[in-house]
Amino acid sequence: MKSSQGLHLKTYCLLFLMVTFGPVGDILLGKGMKMVGVPPAWTPNEIFHFFLRAFSSPIVWLGIGSLLTYLVCYTLVLSWADFSYVQPASAIAYVIVALLGHFWLHEYVSPRRWLGIAIICFGVLLVGNTAFRTTEHH
Amino acid sequence: MSLEAALLALIVLGGTAGELCITRAMKVVGEVHDFRPVALVRVFARAMRIPWMLLGLSLMGIGFFAMLAMLSLENVSFVVPFTALTFAAGAYGGSLFLGERVTPLRWAGILLVCLGVLLVVQGKG
Repeated sequence: MKSSQGLHLKTYCLLFLMVTFGPVGDILLGKGMKMVGVPPAWTPNEIFHFFLRAFSSPIVWLGIGSLLTYLVCYTLVLSWADFSYVQPASAIAYVIVALLGHFWLHEYVSPRRWLGIAIICFGVLLVGNTAFRTTEHH
Repeated sequence: MSLEAALLALIVLGGTAGELCITRAMKVVGEVHDFRPVALVRVFARAMRIPWMLLGLSLMGIGFFAMLAMLSLENVSFVVPFTALTFAAGAYGGSLFLGERVTPLRWAGILLVCLGVLLVVQGKG
């Protein structure tokens, strides 16, 4: 019989890795894409060159590497926990992204947006108090 | 529909559909007990043979390209919190396609997340 405590510990460890690598990856992508800039037109040719420039950026690749690490942790935790538990539980990452965006990338975050982010965080805490598996385990 | 709205829709819908497909694939693979690198490679090799996994990765890929395009247009502190809308779509999809039971408390949390996203959009600029 599997220890419920062990399963919880395993789940929380992977969630911690997710909320670390996810936001850092998003921030690196944001920084990289701002450096790439907006394409002059959204024609197929311009879009192709836009993505070519994006995939030539080391910062974008660092972001992709970080997000791939996030994806590996996410995929592993989904092998035993509910999708509707894991997905909202990882929402704390959105708060970390906003904080990093503000302090690292110096983005302006309005008071209303901070309030929205705080409410997202509260919603996440509420979801975190629910069971992590509701389906039958085979 | 504006370019930004279309990109945001692709991010949310492509991402959620992709994650649902990956969840379905990982439930077929079964719970992972062995976290040694070799064992993990075997798990992913097994997962990659499941069509749901390939479909899920393709859909997430579409969402990712839309995300890159959107990040060139808008701040990351707007784009990323907006994608929290995937919670509502994910919970609905999880109950509809994966048979997961979403409790009233969990729905309340998801509702709060959606309200937060609404404020994030209103606080743009």
